[in-house]
Amino acid sequence: MSLREAVVTVRETGDFTALQESIPYARFMGITAELVDGDVTARMRYSEHLVGNAAVPALHGGTLGALMESTAIFKLLWHGETTTVPKTINITVEYLRSARAADVFARAVFTRRGRRVANVRVFAFQDDPDRPVAVATAHFLLVQD
Amino acid sequence: MSDSFLPQRDEIRRRLEGRYVGAVPHNQALNLRVVDYRPEHLSLALPYRDDLVGNPETGVLHGGCITSLIDATCGGAVIMSLAAPRRIATLDLRIDYVRPALPHQEVICDAHCYKVTRHVAFVRATAHHGDEESPIATASGTFVVFRDEGRQDDDGEST
Repeated sequence: MSLREAVVTVRETGDFTALQESIPYARFMGITAELVDGDVTARMRYSEHLVGNAAVPALHGGTLGALMESTAIFKLLWHGETTTVPKTINITVEYLRSARAADVFARAVFTRRGRRVANVRVFAFQDDPDRPVAVATAHFLLVQD
Repeated sequence: MSDSFLPQRDEIRRRLEGRYVGAVPHNQALNLRVVDYRPEHLSLALPYRDDLVGNPETGVLHGGCITSLIDATCGGAVIMSLAAPRRIATLDLRIDYVRPALPHQEVICDAHCYKVTRHVAFVRATAHHGDEESPIATASGTFVVFRDEGRQDDDGEST
C-alpha cells in the first residue's frame, strides 16, 4: 500500500497499521499508533538498540524526540484534510526525567491548527500520563512549499 | 598539524568511537561515525540507510534519526569540553529544519559547546550534507552536568 493510501485508511478506519508499516523508520524504531478513547496514542516498543546509557539503563534522548515527532505527525495525518505529509518546521524537546528500559507512550495536543501551520504539544510517558518523561513543542507546515 | 600530534588524535578518536559511539547502543544502531573533533567541537556523521527513511515517496531520512544524531553530537561536544569525565543529561534540544534533507545522502552534524558553567553546558549545532554553509537544520541544546558521580539523580535523560 502506498503512503497516500495508508493515510486514507487511517482517516476512514482509525487503523494505523498500514501507515506505520509504510514508514521504514517507524518499523526500525518500533513506533506504532492506535486510537485510545478517540485520540491517537503512539507507542515505542522497548528494544535494546534504543538505549542511550547502558549503565542506567536509560533510553537515548533522540529516540524520545523521534517518538514525539512521529506522534504529532500521526495525529495531524489522522485529522488532516489532505494526504500531504506535514513537514516539521521545528521541534523543541524537553527532557524531564530519565526514561527507563521499557515501552514509551505519547499523546499530542493541537495548540493551534491553522491552514498553513500547526503548533503541537506532545507528552511522552511510561507508567503515568501525569508524570511525563519528556515533552515537545513542534511546528508543522501543512501545505506544500 | 605536526606528525607527532597524529597518534594522540588517533587515540582520542579511538576513545570517542569506543566509549561514546560504540558504547551507546542507539548511536551504534545508527552507525554514527566520528568525522572530526577538537576541544569543545565534535562532528558525527549519520550514514544514509533505507530503514531510516521517514517518507518512502521522497526517500528522505526521518527527522527522528536526525534528532538522535544532533542529540548525540551535542552531548559529545559537551563531553569534549569537560576537564574530567562526568555524567551528563540533555535538558532540552531545539531543532529548526531550515531546508529539506536530500535522499541517499549522509547527514553530518557539527556541534560546538560554547559555554560550560558549574552545572549546565550550552551547545549550538548544524546538520548538513557536507557543506556546512548550506545546513539542513540548526539546533541549540542545554545539558545538565552531574558533579556527584556516585549518585543517580532523577532529573534528566541520560545521554
